[in-house]
Amino acid sequence: MPEPMGFFTDTTVCIGCKACEVACKEWNQLPSTDGGANTLSGHSYDNTRQLDGIHWRHVKFVEQFAADREGGRWLMMSDVCKHCVQAGCLEVCPTGAIIRTEFDTVVIQSNVCNGCRDCIAACPFGVIGTNPVSGTAQKCTLCYDRMQVGLTPACAKACPTESIKFGPIASLRRTARARVERLQGQGRTRAYLYGDDETILGGLNSFYLLEDRPEVYGLPAAPKLPSRNLVPGSLWSGLGALLVGLVGLVSFRQRRMEENGATRGEGRRNV
Amino acid sequence: MSDTFFTAPPHWQWLVILYFFFGGLAGGSYLIAVLADFFGDASDRGLARLGYYVALPAVGIGGLLLIGDLTRPERFWHMLVMSERGWPILKYWSPMSVGSWGLLAFGGLAFLSFLGALAESGRAPAALSVLRHGPLARLIAGLGGLGAFFLAGYTGVLLAVTNRPVWSDTPLLGFLFLVSANSIAAAALILLGRWQGVGSSSMARLARMDRWLIVLELLALIAFVLSLGPVARVWVSAWGVLLLGVVLAGLVAPLALHWRPDLLGSLTAPAAAVLVVVGGFMLRVVIVLAAEAV
Repeated sequence: MPEPMGFFTDTTVCIGCKACEVACKEWNQLPSTDGGANTLSGHSYDNTRQLDGIHWRHVKFVEQFAADREGGRWLMMSDVCKHCVQAGCLEVCPTGAIIRTEFDTVVIQSNVCNGCRDCIAACPFGVIGTNPVSGTAQKCTLCYDRMQVGLTPACAKACPTESIKFGPIASLRRTARARVERLQGQGRTRAYLYGDDETILGGLNSFYLLEDRPEVYGLPAAPKLPSRNLVPGSLWSGLGALLVGLVGLVSFRQRRMEENGATRGEGRRNV
Repeated sequence: MSDTFFTAPPHWQWLVILYFFFGGLAGGSYLIAVLADFFGDASDRGLARLGYYVALPAVGIGGLLLIGDLTRPERFWHMLVMSERGWPILKYWSPMSVGSWGLLAFGGLAFLSFLGALAESGRAPAALSVLRHGPLARLIAGLGGLGAFFLAGYTGVLLAVTNRPVWSDTPLLGFLFLVSANSIAAAALILLGRWQGVGSSSMARLARMDRWLIVLELLALIAFVLSLGPVARVWVSAWGVLLLGVVLAGLVAPLALHWRPDLLGSLTAPAAAVLVVVGGFMLRVVIVLAAEAV
């Protein structure tokens, strides 16, 4: 059994070149546009806009500028599927199209998916989308095909600043923690790791070094599994069934009682 | 901000909304038929038959709508059978998976009850009456009744078992949909019953049932909005106006018409029923599309 593999993305060295996006699209033969028209974001230098079925890597630009444009900062983050150890998409998929691989990554088998899109609603990070070419739900596979022959995923291979690091999770975690320590030592005290331990969905096999709150990067602070609502939702529905049944029973029973009462009344009159 | 705001919409739109409506109608109609059979008397037979007549086409339409909503409809059977191994697949923790089996099972039972109802009214071979009277019929109706509860409510649980805003921020959607489905069905049977000649006493019981269901749905809807906590601010929008419209036109107005049966003369009861049916549909429109729009 191979070791769990994944990405460590150090956002402090990302320069926003989007080479990872291009490498991903080329290797995975993803269409450049959804149906022909280029969609511009209209409010950002970033026009990829989001992760979806044809964007498996997305370099987010967090552009924070004062109204007078005097002060400001850029945050760059190459976002991707988190390959959660407890994966919401895998949990809800009814067809078994979504599998966990021998590398502990999460892959959608396009030949099995029938496009119900439950996984899109279930993903806590909004990673999955429908690919218009295949008509199925798609996302990053962590280059499953490349990994099987010992190659580095296309995005990590292309990254010029080593913001995207690929490797066994255990060693990535060591590298990442050492990097945080070094940054902290340099006075960058806000640096921390997101998803490097079990607290977030059992661990993210694609985890990040951030320098601001997760929400600033468009990441949920405490993502949860969809199944958290299964038991409460079912119990409440059961209560609803009980009440509806009771209303129905009373509505139809009452007549019998009335009729029985009427029969008794007639009986008395006859006497 | 709720963590659910960082997710992407699945684009479940009109076909899914219509499925939620027809699935609810199917489950509710079947359930009312079973209640009429089990707790009513001989004069309720016509109502029970009508319930079975509505349930089968409604569940059939619902199934087709669901298949049509898949982006690869020809693979609909992958919901039930692992396409590569040929084994059945059931994930009890996935409402989409359980729902597919539930829909299939309920569809089969609704078909049997439909045949039984046809036989009772002389439109099918008399031999099929075993599906309408006797122990086999009761077994079918009992199991079908459970399936009807499931079909009416699971769609709400399906929405909750995601990470989308509104849907997954409350455990009450299944409860709300279940009550609303039965209210829709009672109202639809009131409308169809007038046309199909269901006895006036059955109609009165149906109206009484719907009155209580509307009250229950109103309470469920209030509880639903309160249970959203800070996420309830999504209703400060055009969707909130629509939701208020559902409450006023789909719940309060029909309740008022039930309260004052002489308000519109002979049109009062059908007007109330139409409002309930349209309101039930709009409730699903608002809940599904409001989360899509966030």
